[in-house]
Amino acid sequence: MPKLISGAEIVFKALEDQKVEYIFGYPGGAVLPIYDELKNHKSVKHILARHEQGAGHAAEGYARSSGKPGVLLVTSGPGATNAVTALTDAYMDSVPLVCISGQVPTHLIGTDAFQECDTTGITRPCTKHNWLVKDVNDLSRVLHLAFEVATTGRPGPVLVDIPKDIQFKKGKYKFFKNSLKKKLNGKAVHKLSNKELDKFIDLMKKSSKPIFYTGGGVINSGPEASKYLRELVSLTGFPITSTLQGLGSYPGDDPQFLGMLGMHGTFEANNAMHDCDLMINIGARFDDRITGKVDEFSPKSKKIHVDIDPSSIGKNIKVDLAVVSDVSELLKSLIKRFKEKNKNFLNSNKQKTSKWWEQIDKWREKKSLNFINSNKIIKPQHAVQRLYELTKDQDTFITTEVGQHQMWAAQHYKFNKPNRWMTSGGLGTMGYGLPAAIGVQIANPGKLVVDIAGEASVLMTMQEMSTAVQYKLPIKIFILNNEYMGMVRQWQELLHEKNYSESYTAALPDFVKLAESYGCVGIRAKTPDELDEKIKEMINVQRPVIFDCVVDKSENCFPMIPSGKPHNQMILGPEEEEEISDEGKILV
Amino acid sequence: MPKSKSAYSVPGKIGKTERHIIVVWVDNEAGVLARIAGLFSGRGYNIESLAVAEVDKKKHISRITIVTEGTPQVIEQINLQLKKLVPVHKVADFKRGEKDILFRELALFKMLANSKKQEKIKKLCKKFNPVVLDKTNKSFVIQVTALRAEIDKLALDLKRFGLISTSRTGSVAMTKGAKIFN
Repeated sequence: MPKLISGAEIVFKALEDQKVEYIFGYPGGAVLPIYDELKNHKSVKHILARHEQGAGHAAEGYARSSGKPGVLLVTSGPGATNAVTALTDAYMDSVPLVCISGQVPTHLIGTDAFQECDTTGITRPCTKHNWLVKDVNDLSRVLHLAFEVATTGRPGPVLVDIPKDIQFKKGKYKFFKNSLKKKLNGKAVHKLSNKELDKFIDLMKKSSKPIFYTGGGVINSGPEASKYLRELVSLTGFPITSTLQGLGSYPGDDPQFLGMLGMHGTFEANNAMHDCDLMINIGARFDDRITGKVDEFSPKSKKIHVDIDPSSIGKNIKVDLAVVSDVSELLKSLIKRFKEKNKNFLNSNKQKTSKWWEQIDKWREKKSLNFINSNKIIKPQHAVQRLYELTKDQDTFITTEVGQHQMWAAQHYKFNKPNRWMTSGGLGTMGYGLPAAIGVQIANPGKLVVDIAGEASVLMTMQEMSTAVQYKLPIKIFILNNEYMGMVRQWQELLHEKNYSESYTAALPDFVKLAESYGCVGIRAKTPDELDEKIKEMINVQRPVIFDCVVDKSENCFPMIPSGKPHNQMILGPEEEEEISDEGKILV
Repeated sequence: MPKSKSAYSVPGKIGKTERHIIVVWVDNEAGVLARIAGLFSGRGYNIESLAVAEVDKKKHISRITIVTEGTPQVIEQINLQLKKLVPVHKVADFKRGEKDILFRELALFKMLANSKKQEKIKKLCKKFNPVVLDKTNKSFVIQVTALRAEIDKLALDLKRFGLISTSRTGSVAMTKGAKIFN
């Protein structure tokens, strides 16, 4: 007869067996037994956030920069509802999260008890799966299954709701391994037949205008996948572009890399996507920020789509060859097969694709990321470029909030390694970057972690600075402060006759004083002359920093594809802005 | 084609829709129906009818039959999305009108009718396996099993015979012959 232990202890036993080192959370009435048990389990360290959303994003940052699942512990009712934004964010961006929530005792469920909410009901559409545990003897099985669901196939968040009486009740603990009856979201390991691989290779051989289009799936597949990707790209000599989430899987400064694609992607990447005759999508999902108008998306190309999630294939764009597989596995076998059969591919192919590269170079000449710099006022793009130049020699981790600054960061900061770039792409959650930086710093002690932020976004989760100070996490909050919700202001300028309705923030705090009140360091840069010095000062401080970078208020983020337009009709800069039709406005 | 400069794309052409019957085997656990129904509503799929009951008492497996309508792309998505759900064991998909599949719905009709009328009603329902479940001298309840369209028509016809209440199930499906769904 195994020893009977409390539900709360079972929770920690399961965390220990899952090798969880950190949990991010916030206590409350319905999780007190679990918090009480914390002291007995020294290998699990708790990071106290200031808001459950912050705890959730911190767990996301931890997961994305370490490749391990993030764990989140919240109380019932408001604790759980506050975590919903982070869960949805993780769901959209395929981040493995395990959220453990307290619930009112089972006999009170359904009575509108204090701090009761239907947590599993609320989180059902924003988790891969969730469980309400009503029997303490189910708890260990459910917890281990939760970790398995979160981390297999296409990763994502899960939630385990544990009523308070179950946390007190004594039950049996057992370590369940691989209890999942099927592999979720497709097969984790899919052995590809040589026939399939040859079909893939054949399409590559026939193409004279190929392009790799890679996404977050490469990052999620682990560092090996990025290694294989680099090998394949260099073997083939094909150009490559990446989605926002895929940045870092291929070196950003490599000549074969065309930059990011999509709404604010480069001219050359988008035109190459439009005109190519073969698109090889590896771990990306044809998101609407990428495709623009679906009917006119890359009309003349054959399309290959590699994804671990079968439901991502054919959802938005029909493809010619669908490969359900983990990216790493696919690339490994593809490279092997490729080398066996095509020793001279690169040479023979160079000729075939030389015209294509010429065309790409013509597009490149447009220098679509250029902007008019100033020596009086800091241009936000310039600030990101300087930050990149001054941090590129060390292993730097970048998180962002959402908006113009996020796009400028993606355009001007060049990533060379996977798991160095954490941004909210799918859900577009303002307030993501600061708490995410906390999680990143915890997973990567001693490394430089910078949140490239906007002043509007960062105020949404500013309270987490207190967390950074408490745990001595020297994160740098680099705010591109233009006093506007910049992307909203940009759309209003382009779509709504410059009616800047509610997009200006009056009465912003003094960020330097705010930093001081949190007990961290505040730095302000107002002119281009002082920028470099101030950035260096920020990097050298071994404490959390809020950096108030005062930038041009009216700068817009270009290039951009106006929606409803295909990829080859980009706006490159302010001089090309056209009148906007009424039909366009309703689609925002 | 509308010209757009907005942040979202304009809708593309919508293909022809088909009606499909989707059969799903699930663990009969708390919230499983909400999971399935939530998937449909959350992704904007349509549920025309739904029938569910446990079919394996030992393993607690329920069989859900859903009638839905959508473009081939949407139907494919429904299948793939359903298969991703943890409690879903398998999914079978049939186009309405496929030859080797049987479909049936059950309906109960309550009518205010005297015995003379009742005979006429029984005649009307003859083709649809009528069973009289309850009978008084002024009312009666009849059960029929048939295809959806047949029941639609029958309900219309019964209106003039004093139909006061209708209760219908969703469609259930089964393959013909010795074959079973895989």
